[in-house]
Amino acid sequence: MSVTHHHIPDSMLAAYAAGTLPQAFAVVVATHVSMCSMCRAALGAHEAVGGAVLEIQDQVAVSDGLKSNVLDLLDAPFTAPPAPTRNGIYPGPVADVMKTRAPRWKTLGMGVRQDILFGQKDGSLRLLYIPPGQAVPDHGHNGIELTLVLQGSFSDETGQFGVGDVEIADETLEHTPVADAGEPCICLAATDAPLRFRALAPRLLQPLFRI
Amino acid sequence: MTALDPPETPPDGEPALRRAMRAPGGKPAACPATYSRETQWMIAVRDQRDRVAFAALFDHFAPRLKGFVIRSGIPAAKAEEVVQDVMLTIWRKADQFDPHRAQVAAWVYQIARNRQIDVMRRDGRPMPEELREDPGTEPDASQILAVEQEARQLKSALTRLNAEQRDVIEKAYLGELSHQQISDQTGLPLGTIKSRIRLGLNRLRHELKDLKP
Repeated sequence: MSVTHHHIPDSMLAAYAAGTLPQAFAVVVATHVSMCSMCRAALGAHEAVGGAVLEIQDQVAVSDGLKSNVLDLLDAPFTAPPAPTRNGIYPGPVADVMKTRAPRWKTLGMGVRQDILFGQKDGSLRLLYIPPGQAVPDHGHNGIELTLVLQGSFSDETGQFGVGDVEIADETLEHTPVADAGEPCICLAATDAPLRFRALAPRLLQPLFRI
Repeated sequence: MTALDPPETPPDGEPALRRAMRAPGGKPAACPATYSRETQWMIAVRDQRDRVAFAALFDHFAPRLKGFVIRSGIPAAKAEEVVQDVMLTIWRKADQFDPHRAQVAAWVYQIARNRQIDVMRRDGRPMPEELREDPGTEPDASQILAVEQEARQLKSALTRLNAEQRDVIEKAYLGELSHQQISDQTGLPLGTIKSRIRLGLNRLRHELKDLKP
């Protein structure tokens, strides 16, 4: 268990507990929680609030047959779906999305690669591969971007991010993440809007690469 | 109910529960009478597959779940299907119930939200990796009681809020607010759950101390 310094904000854990986060963000939260005791405990606290909300709900009587139906079904055969399990550097929730395949890297230039895991109208999720010392082009953000480190580390204007750390970037942050020396940096990145790049060429390439 | 209250009698009768406690073949149910009824039922379901205890859990949770499910936007006609699925999941996944980490209602809450998300969306909610306790681990009654006490305090704190504050919290945890709306709310009791976080962290440190990624 690595020591995590950059965590998921409380409001996002609450939204995850309630199930209202866009899917791409929810995968990042589930991944971070798999790696970080602090956020697992905080999520437990939000679920405790949810439990209290459940306890104080107005009770609505269920129909007469429901209980006996349920009791009759207790012996029905049931196979539990497999729990998410880690595959190499990819924690269970990421491995689940990748369906245990290896990453399908597509080069973005300068040694930077990505693998788009999914893109939906409320956000996209991808893996990023950044060689040591390489910068991801300077970019601003239309929405919120969550970047979670799975291998290596990167640094930008706001600090250093190691395995398990999450950087949360929004419209106000223009930053240049640079992979630190050592292993290539592999990140899980989720956005709820397309990124915009400052340099002209990447901006032109943006529709092509869907980044 | 506080730990000092007299133990309540389950609707289906105390003898069944006592019988469950000394069920042959099962692990000895070290289940102090000071645990809440719900915890005792849930442990009996988990360790003895006790149907009477499960029926008692049904009587407690099904009407609350139905109210909860209807309020979070699922039509009344469909609500009982969700209640049925949630109750069956409680039975089937009982081995994942760990009273050191979650009071019963909190555990049921996340099952209920998962089921509702499955009903409302195409893709279910991604879940974290599960923590598995070493089977030989002795129950830590003080931790279990602390988790229960915290749950009671949260519940009573919620009922003491004014109607508007309580409504915001219910909406947030019923899934009626977006992340943005939650982060814009200053009235959420994020401060009051800090002690609950510490409680959970104690246990996780204890559980994870030998675990390597």
